[in-house]
Amino acid sequence: MNLSLNWLKEFVDIQGIDPHEFSEAVTMTGSKVESFQVEGEDISKVVVGKVLSIDRHPDADKLVVCQINVGIETIQIVTGASNLTVGDLVPVALDGSTLPGGVKIKKGKLRGVESFGMMCSLAELNLTVNDFPYAIEDGIFVLQEDCKPGDDIKEILHLNDTVVEFEITPNRPDCLSVIGLAREAAVTFDKPLNLHTPVVKESDGNINDMLSVEVLDPTDCPRYMNRIVTDIKIEPSPLWLRERLRSSGVRPINNIVDITNYVMLEYGQPMHAFDYRFVKGNKIVVRKADKGEQIVTLDGITRDLTENMLVIANAEGPMAVAGVMGGEYSGIMEDTTTVVFESANFRGPAIRNTSRALALRTDSSAKYEKGLDSENCVPALERACELVELLGAGKVVRGVIDVNNAKREPTKIKLDADWINSFIGINVKKERMVEILTNLGFELNGDMITVPSFRADVEHKADIAEEIARIYGYNNIETTQIRGSAASKLTARQMAENNVFNTLIAQGYSEVQTFSFISPKFYDKMLVPQDSELRNSIKILNPLGEDTSIMRTFSLPSMMEVVSTNYASRNLSAKLFEIATEYIPTNEGELPYEPKKIVIGAYGENYDYYDLKGAVEEIIAQLNIKDFDIEASGDIPWFHPGRCAVIKLGDDVLGELGEVHPLAVKNYGMDVKVYAASLDLNTLIKHSNSEKTYHKMPRFPAATRDLGLICDADMPVITIEKTIKKAAGKLLEDIKLFDVYTGAQVLSGKKSVAYNIVLRAADRTLTVEEADNTVNKILKALAAIDVTLRQ
Amino acid sequence: MKNQINAVLEKALQQLEAATSQAELEEIRVKILGKKGELTGILKQLGTLSAQERPVIGQLANEVRTKLEGKISEKMTEIKESALLQQLKDEKIDVTMPGKRNELGYKHPLTTVLNEIKDIFIGMGFSIAEGPEVEYDYYNFEALNLPKDHPARDTQDTFYITDNILLRTQTSPMQVRVMEKQQPPIRIIAPGRVYRSDEVDATHSPLFHQIEGLVIDKGVTMGDLKGTLEVFAKRLYGEDAVVRFRPHHFPFTEPSAEMDIQCFSCQGKGCRLCKNEGWIEILGCGMVHPKVLENCGIDPEEYSGFAFGLGLERIVMRRYNIDDMRLLYENDMKFFKSIK
Repeated sequence: MNLSLNWLKEFVDIQGIDPHEFSEAVTMTGSKVESFQVEGEDISKVVVGKVLSIDRHPDADKLVVCQINVGIETIQIVTGASNLTVGDLVPVALDGSTLPGGVKIKKGKLRGVESFGMMCSLAELNLTVNDFPYAIEDGIFVLQEDCKPGDDIKEILHLNDTVVEFEITPNRPDCLSVIGLAREAAVTFDKPLNLHTPVVKESDGNINDMLSVEVLDPTDCPRYMNRIVTDIKIEPSPLWLRERLRSSGVRPINNIVDITNYVMLEYGQPMHAFDYRFVKGNKIVVRKADKGEQIVTLDGITRDLTENMLVIANAEGPMAVAGVMGGEYSGIMEDTTTVVFESANFRGPAIRNTSRALALRTDSSAKYEKGLDSENCVPALERACELVELLGAGKVVRGVIDVNNAKREPTKIKLDADWINSFIGINVKKERMVEILTNLGFELNGDMITVPSFRADVEHKADIAEEIARIYGYNNIETTQIRGSAASKLTARQMAENNVFNTLIAQGYSEVQTFSFISPKFYDKMLVPQDSELRNSIKILNPLGEDTSIMRTFSLPSMMEVVSTNYASRNLSAKLFEIATEYIPTNEGELPYEPKKIVIGAYGENYDYYDLKGAVEEIIAQLNIKDFDIEASGDIPWFHPGRCAVIKLGDDVLGELGEVHPLAVKNYGMDVKVYAASLDLNTLIKHSNSEKTYHKMPRFPAATRDLGLICDADMPVITIEKTIKKAAGKLLEDIKLFDVYTGAQVLSGKKSVAYNIVLRAADRTLTVEEADNTVNKILKALAAIDVTLRQ
Repeated sequence: MKNQINAVLEKALQQLEAATSQAELEEIRVKILGKKGELTGILKQLGTLSAQERPVIGQLANEVRTKLEGKISEKMTEIKESALLQQLKDEKIDVTMPGKRNELGYKHPLTTVLNEIKDIFIGMGFSIAEGPEVEYDYYNFEALNLPKDHPARDTQDTFYITDNILLRTQTSPMQVRVMEKQQPPIRIIAPGRVYRSDEVDATHSPLFHQIEGLVIDKGVTMGDLKGTLEVFAKRLYGEDAVVRFRPHHFPFTEPSAEMDIQCFSCQGKGCRLCKNEGWIEILGCGMVHPKVLENCGIDPEEYSGFAFGLGLERIVMRRYNIDDMRLLYENDMKFFKSIK
């Protein structure tokens, strides 16, 4: 919403308040100023000049040399313009002047002839032909204003307004108008609000003889009002009216259209003017569109209407999409002589839905969709007709048509001063509250507040509290601290998540964050089988595009995207992780399950499967998970069949890890080995042990033994380890694999593995016999699975 | 014999003086004091002396022995010391060579700042609540005083899953979820992902993060809201931070406000960073609307409270001077490393 301060001054005296102070103050009472612009701010030393003579340039056919009287002197200016005649009054930018867009004018020579300034076109003053319809687009702006040489052009063209741009919140459609903002400004600066009651003189005739109106949908059209104006002469509006429109960012067109726009800006009430010739059957019907009905709107586009769109129809068909845009024949033309003014109230959501369905948003629909005050239809219509008479634009026919179904009881709220004071934390006297509310247009009868019709947003005593608080000033409310105590503690789950996070950071993995929505193609790239349950993702009905169209059930592909980004960015290695949420569909109509996964992705010259496994083991160790199983798993489609594993604990799967399948890696445009893991955070946390206790440090010496073993080459070492642990029992303190060897020294199909084992008893020094016995037990158990001592 | 002894001493002292290694010393010791040593050899002849001479010579021999032993030990210490000095000299390294670092991973900048914000609120007695990102329309809108057809719904372009289920457009549904589960006093923040159908560009993303806050108790006032958020602003931006509260509108709070922080670049004078306003909007807040309390089964006559919500991305971008939001979701290691 752009507000002209000159316009505002008609309603509130803000003399002596500079635009900065004004903006600051109204922002702090709730009407937020985005910016303001002082008109003509960037124009200086531009004056009216009178063309005294025009002579040919001695050396250039397309240039002329003019002598210009600029008041105190006569100066010479060279120009290429061809629309000048002697005696013309024109804007002259003198030597050292400035023009919009940071342009500076200096004296100089044009083809050897001195020129002491520049005569300006409309565009050079940042104006258009709409602002000054008598001027021409290309050429010098020949003034028709009442002025004399030497006058400041800003005064002559009234470039003395300040335009303030507001950001109005959707609850305050009343502030999308000069009057609404004037009311706020008056209260802000504690000045009287001088409202004007429009008066229409009327001439002959009776509207009811010329027009009948039928409202078939009183729900979506609670009020519909008309007046008729005859004997219209279409012409440009006077300067003052054009200026108001220009300041408000509206292009002046002609007197009748300008009046409708003027009233919309002043009252916030959209107006429409129908050419009476096209109101076929002299009848207006406000109804829902028929199935298959079409309308060509003012912008020349054919629109398909649906049965839930409200139209303004004549006896033959729709003339306008109600509250959104008129039809191509409904508007004002050069030869229009009689118009029907419409001042109507439509139900906000109805306009909003139509506007969205047609993808057509106009100044009118933007106002209507917020829900307007049906009472405002009356003064707006009167004001339009008053302006018609004031401008001499036509004759207003006697009578008003008013189909009013808006029977709304005004909202009443009890003023509870004590509650307001304790709710806000202030101490404002009740009298002051009454004063604030009255100034804002509320009526008080004792403690009973009647909310004005233009404040439909006020319906609760908390709303009244806000009115008091914002005028009192939020920044005048004393700052206090909340009392009482609250136990703030991270949950066990949150602590465990932090633990995992810190463990990965400490191991050199960097955290990434990826979008939760992905493209279905991600599953293809990651080799997810067509019939996999993972492909059953939650779909977004209105996605921005395919790339973000489904909620991921599986976060590894997102990680692969990041890995490939880093690869493409020529990072030689990367170790990455994400604590990623997945979205697993549940029952129809219910919310999905949203588990969190720890996803790791890494590549680089010195990185292999065991680095990845180490990182995973460290997480498990930090969560104090005592034991778990890890087993090779050849059937995870996105992993290398010989290099992937599943980690289990009892019946629970903690996660999976491996080298990403080379075909998947290729799908991501990479030529490198990529390693990835996905762990289920909730399952990990379920098995984690956050409580730790001190175990007495060993007091007796340990017995250590090295075992060199021979087994089948494809036996997983975990099998040997498990066997050793089981056979050694309680005495086993630690077991370390320190060598694995295949080659010349070992039979083919076999490998040599070497373990260092540590045996210890808590209560005594182990004897050599005890240690040897344990080793023998271990060897016996190993022999049972064909693992023998290396000879 | 006396002369013999003195001659041995004299010679030994000379040799000791010249010795430069532990081995030489040992050799001298053996030669003189060893079982077959010169002094030992002389002493073996004590028996040939007279009873008068024997004690005198014996004493002399012992004195010489002691003296030599002392001298050897002294020399030994000396040689060890100089050997150590030499060793230390030989062990000299270039201490300016690069250290062996155990490089930590990088935390995502969103996480770094979020953790800081969490810590501030935990310090003020807040707990952290979590909830679903795929959410019912009821929690995201309706319970927050945004019925279907409410114009404010338009300002949050929503991704829908069904008519009734959507991707939450704000973290505010957490207010409702917490109030439904927990009776006051309540003091929580709820950080998380939110979604709006904005095309990706330098300042927009269809997915971003908000942090919701909620305080409900008996007698909570708007002054408390101001106090809490002012403390937060000062902890996040420094004690010099100046804030203001400006009226605004949210359907689920009444009164509603936005908190601005005075532009730290121009101290409120107006510059490019603050779009000439002198202030930068940080968060939205307000007193929880009594209707929302009622929707959650909390009696607005007994309890009151405030809520606030802030966007994480913008805070992070200003903190590190990041000019393109897309960088946050590209996750290029070069980007992480460039924040320093």
